[in-house]
Order: sequence, then C-alpha cells, then structure tokens
Amino acid sequence: MTDAKKRLNSQEFAQTVSEEMITSRSFWADARRRFLGHRLAVFSIFMLLALLLFAIFGHAFAQWSYEEIDWNVLGRIKTEGGPNWENGHYFGVDELGRDLFARVVQGSRTSLMVGFVAGPLAVLLGATLGALAGYFGGRLDQFIVGFYTIWISIPYIIFFVVWQAFFGRSLTQMILVIILVNWTAGLLIVRGQVMMLKNREFVDAARMLGMSDFAIIFKHLAPNILWVIVIYTSIVIPEVIMAESLVSFLGVGIQEPNTSWGALISEGAKTMTFGTLWQLGYPAAFFVIAQVSLYYIGDGLRDALDPKDRR
Amino acid sequence: MTLLSVKNLKIRFRSGDGKIHAVNDVSFDMAQGQKLALVGESGSGKSQIALAIMGLLARNAEVEGEILYDGRNLLDLSRSELNRLRAKEIALIFQDPMSSLNPYMTIERQLGEVVELHEGASRSAARKRALDVMDAVKIPDAKNRLKAYPHEFSGGMRQRIVIAMALICKPRLILADEPTTALDVTVQAQIMALLDDIQRDMGTAVLLITHDLGVVAGFCEDTMVLYGGRMMEAAPTLSLFDAPGHPYTRGLLRAVPRITEDDAELSAIPGSPPNQTGAPTACPFAPRCVDAIAECHRILPTMQDGRACIRPVEELT
Repeated sequence: MTDAKKRLNSQEFAQTVSEEMITSRSFWADARRRFLGHRLAVFSIFMLLALLLFAIFGHAFAQWSYEEIDWNVLGRIKTEGGPNWENGHYFGVDELGRDLFARVVQGSRTSLMVGFVAGPLAVLLGATLGALAGYFGGRLDQFIVGFYTIWISIPYIIFFVVWQAFFGRSLTQMILVIILVNWTAGLLIVRGQVMMLKNREFVDAARMLGMSDFAIIFKHLAPNILWVIVIYTSIVIPEVIMAESLVSFLGVGIQEPNTSWGALISEGAKTMTFGTLWQLGYPAAFFVIAQVSLYYIGDGLRDALDPKDRR
Repeated sequence: MTLLSVKNLKIRFRSGDGKIHAVNDVSFDMAQGQKLALVGESGSGKSQIALAIMGLLARNAEVEGEILYDGRNLLDLSRSELNRLRAKEIALIFQDPMSSLNPYMTIERQLGEVVELHEGASRSAARKRALDVMDAVKIPDAKNRLKAYPHEFSGGMRQRIVIAMALICKPRLILADEPTTALDVTVQAQIMALLDDIQRDMGTAVLLITHDLGVVAGFCEDTMVLYGGRMMEAAPTLSLFDAPGHPYTRGLLRAVPRITEDDAELSAIPGSPPNQTGAPTACPFAPRCVDAIAECHRILPTMQDGRACIRPVEELT
C-alpha cells in the first residue's frame, strides 16, 4: 500500500493522468455540427425565418389593413381584383374586396402563433405527465395512461366545435383547445425513456445523496430526455398548424375578420371556380412553405440529436 | 463509541416463486472511524445490507430488524428524515463509475448540487467545495475539469469523482460497495490507497463491501464473511487470514492464488451458491462443505465466538 501511495502523490502520476483525460466535443456542439451538415434543414431555417419576419413586419408594407374593403374593385374582382402593384393589392383582393396581402400577413401571424405557442406547451404538458407516470409507476402510471387512452379516443374535431361553441372563437381559446387536444403528444415516449433511465445507477446515486423525487426528475432525468422533447416539439408544431388550418378550413376556427392560413385557403377554394385563383394560391403557397420547412427542420433535428442515428 | 449497530437484519424479496431470503439475521456493530469489511460471493446479500442502511432497497423488499445509527433506527425514519441523513451522515460509493454519474451533467453540478441541497450553500461556495473535494481525491488540474462531462474522464478518474460525491458533505460513515470491481488492478491499488488516506484524514468509518480478499487484507481491521445471506465468520482481519475458523472462509482463502506457493493448482469450492427461496433451516454452506456431518444439514448454526459452525475448529480440515 505504501508504494501505491507514493506513486499516487507523485508529480509524474498527475502528469500521466491529465494526459490520459479525453477531451471531446460536448453533445450539443456535436449536434450543432450535424445539423449544419443537413443542407435542406439549414435552408429551411432561413425559409422559416423569412416567414416569421413576414408575419411580424408584413403589415408595415401593406397599403391596406386586413379588414377594410376596397370599394373600387368590389363587384369587378375577377377582372380588376388580381395582384396589382399600382393599387397596392400585391396579392390581389379576396371575395369581399379586402387586401389579400394584409390578410395573408394576418393569417401567417395567427397560424405561426398557434404553432409556436400551442405546440411546445402541449409537448411540455405531455412530457411532464409522461415523466411523472414513468418515474413513479404504479397507480399514478395506470391513471395517467388510462386517461391518455380515453383522451385520444375523443374525435378532436368534434371536441373543437363543442369547445368553441361554449367558449368562443378567439385566438386564446384556439391555443387553449389546441393544447388540450395535443397534450398527448410525446407522453408515451417520455414515459418509456424515464422508465428506462430511472433504473440507471446515477439515479440511485442521486437518491443516495438525498435528492427528492422531483429534483431527480427535473434536474437529473430532464437533461437526459431533452433531445426527445426537442424532436417531438419539431414534429408537433407543424401538426398543430395543420390541425388549426383544418378546423379553420371547415369553418369553425378563428373568428372573422381575423384569419389564418386554413381560413384563407378555405375562402380561396370556394371561389376557385370563378377564376380568382390567386385567392387560393397565395395562402396555400405560404402554408406549404411553412409545412415543408418545419418538416425538414424536424428531420435535421432528428439526425442531429437522436443518439441511435449517429453517422 | 458505536456509530452503527445492525441487529438481526432480515431482508426478503417478494418474487414470483415465493420469498427470497436475501439476508438472514445479520448483526454487527461499527465504531467511529472503524474500517470493516463485508466479504462474500455474488448473491450473498452484501450489497443489500448497504442498500438497506441507505434506505434504497427495491420496492418488493421486506425488512425486519434494526439498523441503529447514532441510536436512531434508520428503518423507522420517513423519507424526508432519511434524505437529511443521506450524504451528510452516511454516503454510499457505487460500484460502477460508468453508470453512476449522470452523463448529461457537468462534474461541477453533480458535486455542487449535493452541497447546495444539504447545506444551502450558494453556487460559488458549492463550486469551491467541489474543487476542494476533487483535490482531495487527487484529480489533477481540477480547476479546468469542473466543467467537464463524465465521458471525458477515464474509468479510474470517474471512480474518484464517485468517491468525491460521497465525500463532499464529510459523512461519518461511508459504505463502499465494491468500489474497485469495475477497475483494473493498478487503478484498484490507487483507489484503495486513496480511500485509506481519506479515511485517516477525516476519521470516517468505512464499511467495505467486496468479494476481493486481497483488497480486504490491505485495508480493513475487521472482516465479516457472509454466505447465503448469513454471517459465517467475523474476526479481526489478521487472525481471520491466519487461522480461519469456518470451512467456508478456509475454502475462500484456499481459492486465492499466491505467488509464494509453487503449487499452481487452485482449489475451488465445489457446487454453486444456494437457492434462497424459503427460510433457511440448516447451515446454507453444508451442501458444499468438505467438513459437513449429518448434523450440519439439520441444525441452523448461530454465531458463537465469531463463527457460525457447529463443528469445533480443531476438527476442520
């Protein structure tokens, strides 16, 4: 033992050991590198940024507000209501003679707001419940999973209609009902991850050090499943935008004169046969760009973060 | 002065095929600053004793008996009372340094968190303590290593961090559950030397749980031998190695390779560890014992003069 001790305290030992230490990139630096290697994803980030800027600052460039009717073109929309730089209707007007550019800006605002507020909140709620179910198991697990099973069997369009009939059709209500419909996203996968992780020795080590269950879940387990949550959020955001558009398309979504991509597409589709194709084309193009960009960003995140898929 | 006193500890696990009697009637005392070894093969219940002391047993466990720490029965304490004792009074060093550190947390956070929790220290004070304890376990260049993640360390360094985690609140009792099993032999010697240093500096009592008699020989004053969840023998380490009083201990010592002896053949103990479903009714070692007589299969021996064997020492082979 004395020999070993002498060696342990020697300068030489310290030297060897510090050389032996491995320096490597952190997980997130590694993920960033992989994400930047995914060209479509990087391109999509720029597209999405452009969309966000459009939604935020678009009204500053519009000549008309989104609710005011241009009486000059009303009644002659088919011939004079098309995209026109001279009278300020860059995207033309809708069937009521309102400026489509301003309406698309407003629609983008609503749809992106719903996506980026309701999506993450829904995932957060589902992930928290999933983590609790997975960690504590037993009764609580049975209760949460049972509730989940019942919840996903409710047809969400009917839920939407009923909810909005009771609480009105404002943006806040829309976000709220979207969270309620989508909170189940990510619950099962987080629950599974937590069930797997809670048997790892570092959780025992944390318990040995006197941590409470909540400290263990939120400080020790959460960083380990963050990648799952990030990937899930990137999937849920376009899903939520899609859901909002779908109900708006069906005519139960956001209240006029406020609008969303789905509502605009719905109006455009109704008048499509009259030859006013721009009324469908512009909102549909924005919707598609947003969906495709979000999809590729999600794909890039999955490549970057999923530890099973390292290249 | 007695720090820890385990009295008639019984641990059973409910399982599909009935109850598994993992630990049966184990009693021992530990004084302040004592170094005690708990030796046994896999499945002998030695780790379960440590987990029972920490209150970390699996959910299907049933515990009987008493674990008195400073006169308080740990088995009666509530979860939050136990949390206050953990790390501050009693700490456990885990076996596998690869899995007992959180891969997504920096070393500084993992160490500092404990101090913040138990002593309400600030972030910077916690960082200072983390640095001190990393110096204590002789991690070179500790200052620049604070922000590192576990995967950036080698196995031996990680085990030092695991030890540092156990030490950071200066507990009075450390349970070391096979602290060197996952390491190669040269690193083992370093880790044991480190534990020895720390034990001397801080006057901590150490319960070393191991299956490695070589580790015990260099470190502990007293040794207890466990088999099938029962105590077989308890004696000062030196006399246990010189004159083992139990056939099982003798078998174990004969199975240790020695450089000094020319005889290359090692003698293994025949058979395999016992099935522990159902309460034991006879000496659990009897089926594998070379000295077993008919009585041994009927009578459950109790500890007398530091050994649990019905046959007198002189008659053993």
